Amino acid sequence: MHWKHILKTALRALAVNKSRTLLTILGIVIGISSIMVIMSLGSGAENLIMGQVQGIGSKTIGIIPGRQPSGPSDVAQMFTDSLKQKDVDALRKKENVPEANLVMPLVAGAETASVGNETYRVTIFGATEAIQGILDVYPDKGIFFSADDVKEYGANIVIGSKIAEKLFANEDPLGKKLRIKGKNFRIVGVLSSKGSGILNFDSAVILPYTTAQQYITGTKFFQRIVVEVISESMTASAIVNIENTIRNSHNITDPTKDDFFVETPADVLSRLSVITTALTLLLTSLAAISLVVGGIGIMNIMLVSVTERTREIGLRKAIGASEKDILQQFLLEAVILTFFGGVVGIAFGSALSYLFAFAINLSGTISWTFVFPWKGAALGLGTSIALGLLFGIYPARRAAMMEPIEALRTE
Amino acid sequence: MPLIEVKDLKKKYDDGEMATVALHGVSFDIHEGEFVAIMGPSGSGKSTLLHILGFLDKQTSGTYHFDGKSMKTYGEEELARIRNKKMGFVFQAFNLLPRTSVYENVLLPLVYSDIPESEWDMRVTNAIHAVGLEARAHHEPSELSGGEKQRAAIARALVTDPTIIFADEPTGNLDSKSGQAIMEILQDLNEIDNRTIVLITHETYTAENAERIIHMLDGEIERDHLVQNRKSARKKFEK
Repeated sequence: MHWKHILKTALRALAVNKSRTLLTILGIVIGISSIMVIMSLGSGAENLIMGQVQGIGSKTIGIIPGRQPSGPSDVAQMFTDSLKQKDVDALRKKENVPEANLVMPLVAGAETASVGNETYRVTIFGATEAIQGILDVYPDKGIFFSADDVKEYGANIVIGSKIAEKLFANEDPLGKKLRIKGKNFRIVGVLSSKGSGILNFDSAVILPYTTAQQYITGTKFFQRIVVEVISESMTASAIVNIENTIRNSHNITDPTKDDFFVETPADVLSRLSVITTALTLLLTSLAAISLVVGGIGIMNIMLVSVTERTREIGLRKAIGASEKDILQQFLLEAVILTFFGGVVGIAFGSALSYLFAFAINLSGTISWTFVFPWKGAALGLGTSIALGLLFGIYPARRAAMMEPIEALRTE
Repeated sequence: MPLIEVKDLKKKYDDGEMATVALHGVSFDIHEGEFVAIMGPSGSGKSTLLHILGFLDKQTSGTYHFDGKSMKTYGEEELARIRNKKMGFVFQAFNLLPRTSVYENVLLPLVYSDIPESEWDMRVTNAIHAVGLEARAHHEPSELSGGEKQRAAIARALVTDPTIIFADEPTGNLDSKSGQAIMEILQDLNEIDNRTIVLITHETYTAENAERIIHMLDGEIERDHLVQNRKSARKKFEK
């Protein structure tokens, strides 16, 4: 039988039962749409994270105490007290790390800040004034604390926009006092609202790290030391020098016994993309379940169709259709069904992801780019055709194996 | 060489619990150009016999040679090809595809044939003309009368220009006038085109349109004779 006629026959059979055809493909449509949405949102999220990590600056290298986590859930070795002032001093020596432009220690914590009777939970960042350039946090109002403040354990602090809003309402917080752990600090600047990125400074208090250690955390170690290199091309050699410097400072000869590790934005990126990929994979496998259910629906309807058309099958055989002809006809019907479901699913899924992107952008806090998931579309089409073949073969075989006379006898 | 050569043909239906014997060993020949009626009451095995002759069913034992070759030597695809090329079927229930025009219904066997597509339109038009259904070519079966449906079915049987036509109670669902018209067409196909026709019927007056009647009873041939005073559906001079 010619392909043109198999196709015509199959299309006509499907057109006869239009509403049934549409209902049958619904499962496939939902499955494929879900895959499209998941993949589109996955790529969108990845782009967003990439953009934010790149915003931190590709010239910065982070030194983190403890051992490199072996996976996303490995936190046991992440918090140790191995990084101290002497490490910062060693790194600042030009002969140790000639590539370094600046070295900034970072102290972090969470505390309750209060003004009068009002309290608010804040994140503490103890740093130097260089944090402005490194993390892109500039005051919207007022000024930043100075290098002298860092040297002299100054009490000048900069607060996030949300703290200003929560604790000062309509008042101007500049020059006002903020109480943390029983100590008063003077607000000299308010940060611009940065929205909810991976590093959120809206609820942050930034102050000299010396002050933070002395009066708030009461510790002598750092959660992180940030080194900014003069140019990005120096990153690799800087990492080697940084590692050697800290090993010397810690008297470590065996690199496997390091009590710190070095991380570049690229490392962060790859670790985050592992997480988004894993999430995408998980959600995709959930969508796959709906595809299997959709496929079973197709098989069910095809079996009904074969039973309903027993007479037609018998007649076709009587006038010369071979088993192969009948098999091809019913298999093609199933594949057309799933393929159609796939196409509709891709269109629907893309439209839905586009709407998501549009809605996220409308909310204004983050800029989200719509990504048409080409991979998802190709996967969706491939999957839908495969589903048609997989779930169509059994009904098609049933039709093909039918004895012509048994088929003609059925009333 | 006979077109159909049947020797000691037996057919037993076995559904596990009860075995029913439909054919008890029948033997006969049919030559090309013959018009044979197989007659008998229901349950006589005439339909089973026709189905085996038309390659729609297989015998339990015995031999069946079609065109000099044993049916058993053919594979499934070859049987389908012979059904398509050399045999035409007309059923009591017409078996036209619903929601499909007469033209498309008649075309259907060509789709499974190796006849070049360029000939299709001509063949379909000729077949529809042969049964006088030109005016109804683009109507669907639901718009046709019983007689017209059966004429469409005959056109479908003719379209591949088969050697033999098997007609299973073709007038069974028709009034006598439409039935008469169908018999006229079958006689013309036999006498003018020299096509072999095997007709199944339980009515004597229908069977008498044939030149030879095989009487079946309880799965056996009771009598096999030529028709005296054969009925001519149409007078000779009209042809």
